Amino acid sequence: MVVSATSRPGGGRGSGDPGRPPPPSGGRKGRIIPRLPVRLRRLGLPYLLILPALLLELLVHLIPMLIGIGMSFIKLTQLYIRNWSAAPSAGWSNYHLAVDFNAPVGRALLHSFLVTVAFTLITVALSWFFGMAGAVLMQGEFRGRGVLRALFLVPYALPVYAGVITWSFLLQRDSGLVNHVLVDQLHLFGDKPFWLIGQNSFASIVVVSLWRWWPFAFLVLMAGLQNIPRDLYEASAIDGAGWMRQLRSVTLPMLRPVNQVLVLVLFLWTFNDFNTPYVLFGKTAPQEADLISIHIYQSSFVTWNFGTGSAMSVLLLLFLLLVTAIYLLITSRRRSDA
Amino acid sequence: MRDPKWLKWVRIIGLGLLGLFTVTPIYVMITSSIKPLKDVQGDFHWIPTTITFSAFHDMWSTVPLAHYFVNSLIVSTIASVVSVVVAIFAAYAVSRFRFAGRRAFSITVLSTQMFPGILFLLPLFLIYVNLGSAIGVDLYASRTGLIITYLTFSLPFSIWMLVGYFDSIPVALDEAAKVDGSGPIGALIRVVIPAATPGIIAVLIYAFMSAWGEVLFASVMTDEASRTLAVGLQGYATQNNVYWNQIMAASLVVSIPVVAGFLLLQRYLVQGLTAGAVK
Repeated sequence: MVVSATSRPGGGRGSGDPGRPPPPSGGRKGRIIPRLPVRLRRLGLPYLLILPALLLELLVHLIPMLIGIGMSFIKLTQLYIRNWSAAPSAGWSNYHLAVDFNAPVGRALLHSFLVTVAFTLITVALSWFFGMAGAVLMQGEFRGRGVLRALFLVPYALPVYAGVITWSFLLQRDSGLVNHVLVDQLHLFGDKPFWLIGQNSFASIVVVSLWRWWPFAFLVLMAGLQNIPRDLYEASAIDGAGWMRQLRSVTLPMLRPVNQVLVLVLFLWTFNDFNTPYVLFGKTAPQEADLISIHIYQSSFVTWNFGTGSAMSVLLLLFLLLVTAIYLLITSRRRSDA
Repeated sequence: MRDPKWLKWVRIIGLGLLGLFTVTPIYVMITSSIKPLKDVQGDFHWIPTTITFSAFHDMWSTVPLAHYFVNSLIVSTIASVVSVVVAIFAAYAVSRFRFAGRRAFSITVLSTQMFPGILFLLPLFLIYVNLGSAIGVDLYASRTGLIITYLTFSLPFSIWMLVGYFDSIPVALDEAAKVDGSGPIGALIRVVIPAATPGIIAVLIYAFMSAWGEVLFASVMTDEASRTLAVGLQGYATQNNVYWNQIMAASLVVSIPVVAGFLLLQRYLVQGLTAGAVK
């Protein structure tokens, strides 16, 4: 104990320790005993501070993830769910099943994956654009600004199920507002289309997700705009830059670090989003809007094949890790070039 | 910045369209909640023809809404408060100490954000069932299990945001507290926490909102006794009749606490983002 305490004298280095003055020799009698424990405590303190967070992350995220990876290698079907440690090993067969695009399971997964990619790209791009437009147009002072800002944030503040369930009411074929406006008032369609099943369901899920996510982009970008120093605008105005020029040469470059994180977070959240499609469509999503999280949920809980479901989740995680790594690599390099 | 004339029109049209898109569902939620059942089942009308508050009365008996409400309140409150306390300690360690494994810890915590919830849903379910019977505490289908789950959901974002916030507080303030005889924990409580209050409030709102709105784990990890609003609200649609007016009334009532809290405290969220995360 003594060795470990003295071998790392700089344990609490940095901003932590050096403020304490060395004990005056006169106070030696009372000081010498508590000194070691204090040092030890300092050394262990950061670990003690992160311990609760670490334990919780281990319990809820990391250990379940490892078990999940383990589960993808066993035949965990209905028969073994009560006694899942007795389930026979499956080797790579769950993965073979998931990526065999000639068989129904693999083909359905590929379809769902492609739908999710399209859904995520469209939703993130539009959410960013709406958020950016809202934040930029809100710059400056005008009457009603505070009220409008609060209003824009309401969809983000609403619990998912309350907001999305309202949308499912809006999108009802016979009693919904969307068909009332499009068919009865604007006469765009001859017959009332379905929005929650069939081809239109993809458009529906994009619109509902956009409605939920753009206020988050708006919030973050608004905070980012507040951090841009005023004098940059003043300096560029003296140089004769107009509003568009300032947007291009001051605002957008200054927001680049914010955008880097915002786009990544939006991408991950949208890709993994389960709540929106689940509340909008229920346990089984229509083919055209069969997002991956719902698809895996259904493969696991509805058909009771947890091994294959886990294999699909692991593949999804690997894909997201890969995309994140590539994204960070590209955007960080561009940042250091700039 | 001097604004050109056309910008005024772009602003009016752009913000107007965004406002219309945002407000339409909210308008429908409010107006449909005061319509009688037959008006929400027939053709849609913008203006309610008959106004009745019966939905706000009936919704409590169609499903045990009050019971779900209490469950949601208990789970979300405890989860968010504990999560913030845990996050404060962890963020303080990351911000003020240089210890081995500091970077690994930050990366691990942040990377859990990208885990698909579906990947650890079933393993967690199995852990709760087994661990619960081993230590004699109900974790599966109980509020305790849901609280533990939710409080870790908001941890990564909370820690990340608080680290940024704590970093923006000058270390000299800590030092001053230490000269006055406080230890590191004393400095945290007397200096850092008061200076970071906006960030802490922002994180608290975030944690509460994410617990109040979670659906996936609530739908698998609860039974009738521990059911929260996220799942309970779907009860209005299981019968042959879909009580849209009651669904809208219930949605409105369960949204009011979070939306009101969020709007009252949103400036702290913006401040928190400005000071910490967005740098």
